[in-house]
Amino acid sequence: MSERVIIDVQGLVRRFGELEAVRGVTFQVREGEIFGFLGPNGAGKTTTIKMLATLLRPTAGTALLNGYDIRTDPDGVRRSIGLVFQDPSLDERLTARENLEFHALLYGVEAGEREARLRRVLAMVELEDRQHHLVKTFSGGMKRRLEIARGLLHYPAVLFLDEPTIGLDPQTRSHIWSYIHQLRRQEGITIFLTTHYMEEAENCDRIAIIDHGQIVALDTPDGLKSLVGGDVITVRTTDQAWAREEIRRLYGREVVEEDDLLRFEVERGEEFIPRLAADFAGRLLSVGLRRPTLDDVFLKLTGRAIRQEEVSATDRMREHHRRRFHR
Amino acid sequence: MKTFLRTVYVIWLREVKRFYRERSRILGMIGQPLLYLLVMGNGLSATFRLPVPAPGFTYLEFMYPGIIGMSILFTAMFSSISIVWDREFGFLKEVLVAPVPRAAIAAGKALGGSTTAALQGAILLILAPLVGVKLGLWTVFQVLLIMVLLAFAVTSFGTFIAARMESVESFQMVMSFLIMPLFMLSGAFFPLRSAPAWMQGLMRLDPVLYGVDALRNVILADSPARSFAVQYALGYDLAVLAGVAVVMILLGMQAFARAE
Repeated sequence: MSERVIIDVQGLVRRFGELEAVRGVTFQVREGEIFGFLGPNGAGKTTTIKMLATLLRPTAGTALLNGYDIRTDPDGVRRSIGLVFQDPSLDERLTARENLEFHALLYGVEAGEREARLRRVLAMVELEDRQHHLVKTFSGGMKRRLEIARGLLHYPAVLFLDEPTIGLDPQTRSHIWSYIHQLRRQEGITIFLTTHYMEEAENCDRIAIIDHGQIVALDTPDGLKSLVGGDVITVRTTDQAWAREEIRRLYGREVVEEDDLLRFEVERGEEFIPRLAADFAGRLLSVGLRRPTLDDVFLKLTGRAIRQEEVSATDRMREHHRRRFHR
Repeated sequence: MKTFLRTVYVIWLREVKRFYRERSRILGMIGQPLLYLLVMGNGLSATFRLPVPAPGFTYLEFMYPGIIGMSILFTAMFSSISIVWDREFGFLKEVLVAPVPRAAIAAGKALGGSTTAALQGAILLILAPLVGVKLGLWTVFQVLLIMVLLAFAVTSFGTFIAARMESVESFQMVMSFLIMPLFMLSGAFFPLRSAPAWMQGLMRLDPVLYGVDALRNVILADSPARSFAVQYALGYDLAVLAGVAVVMILLGMQAFARAE
C-alpha cells in the first residue's frame, strides 16, 4: 500500500429537503487500500458513494478522487472509478459477454486490448464457461461476480462496491471476498466498499463507522476493537439483578443486560474467569468469554446494535418489487 | 466528438440487439397493423365508396400508407419505454455513470428506437401486393427513408418524455394519452381535405400527418387517385418532418443532460 492519498474527502454534505443524509464527512483513502464504510441502513453510506461517483451533487464540501474534483471534473472521476451498485444494473437480455463488451465500448477501452481484458476479468470471476449465456439465467451470486468483472474492465483506480454481498448466501459471500482480496493483490486497485455486515468489515484495512450521516470512528479493525477496552465477558447467574450489582461493586465495571445475559468488559479475560468463578461460587450458571467484535464497537459508540432484520426486510421488498415488474 | 459518436453507436447497437432477440415483440407489432389492414380496411372499403374518379382505386390502397405510418408511430413511441425499463431495472445507472456525454445517450436511444421502428415498417412493405399496390425498388428506397425520418421524430419525442418518467405505469398512461390523438388525426383513415374545418386545424398540428402524406406521395405516385389521396408536396412533408425531428431530438438531449 502506498502513501498516496487517492480519495480525499473534505466536509461532504448532502441534504434532501429537510433531511440531512450526510452531515459533513471528512476522510482520506490511500492507494491500494481496502476501505470500508460500516453502518446501519440509512446511515448515509450509499449517498456518500453516489456523491463520490458524481451521480449526486454534494450540497456542500467536495472530494478529490485520483486528483479530479468530483464537482468540477466529473468525467475525470468517472474514468477513474468502477462501480458495483447495491441493486443489479446488468442488461438481463444480453449475454454476460455482451454486457462486458457494451461496457468496454462505452468506456473506450482500446480495440486492441479489449479481448484480452475481457478474458482476464471473466477468468478472474470464473465465468468464462457462462459468458455466452443470457444474464437472466444467472444466479444472484453470478450476477454480482459479473458486475465486479464489469467494474474492473476499464482499469479503474478505485473500485466502489456498495454492499457487495447483500442478499447472497454465506458461501457465495466468502467467494466474493476472495475475489476482492485477489483483486487488490493482482491489480493493486483501491477498493472502497460499504457494508452492514460486521464480520465482513473485518476484511478491510481500515473502517469508517458511519451513523446518522457522520463518521463516529475511523481506524483499523484492531484499532477499533481496542476502543472496547479488553475482552467481553457474558454471564448467567441464578439472580441476575443481584449479580449485576455485585459485578459493579467488586470489579467496578459497567454491566449491560442483553437478553438473559449480563455483559461487561475486562482486560485479560482468561485470567479473570477463575476469579469470577470463585467470587460467584454456586450461583454461576454459565460464563462466556470472547474477543470484542465490531458489533461491540458499534454498540459502544452509538449505544445501538446494527440490526440485521431491517435490512432483510428491505431486501425482501426489493425482491418483491422486482418480481412484480418482471418482464 | 469521438466519444459522442462512439456513445451513440454503443447505445444504438444495444437497442438493435435487444430488438432482434425479441421475436415475440416483432410478431405482435406486425400482427396489429395486419389486423387493422385486413379487418378494418376490408370492412370499411365494403361500406364506403371513395369519392374518387378513379375506377379500381380501393379504400385499402388509401389506408395502406396510413397503416405503415400508424405502425411506425406505435413502435417508435413505445420503443422509448426501454429508457423507463432501464431506469427501473438499474441498467440506466450503468450508462449514466459512464464518462460519456448524456446527450449522446439520448441520441443513441432515439436512433436505436427509430431503427427498430423502421424495420417493422419495412416488414409491412411485404403486404403491398395483398392490398394491390405495386412497389418498385426506387419507391421502396424512398419509403424506407421516410420511415426512418418519421420514426426518428417520434422516438425523439418519446425519449424526451421518458427522460422524466419514473415508472413504467405512468409512462404508459402518458403514452396512450398521446398516441391516440396523434393516430386519429394523422389522416391514416381519411384525408385531411375531407375533414371538417375545425378538425383540419388540429390535423395540421399532428406531425404524423406529414409522415403519412409523404408515404402516400411516394407509394401512390402513379395511382390515378393521387390527387385525391395526397395533400402536400413531398418536399413540404419532408421539411416539416425534419424540422420536428430536429426540435424533438434537441429537447430529448437536453432532458437527458439535466437528469440527476
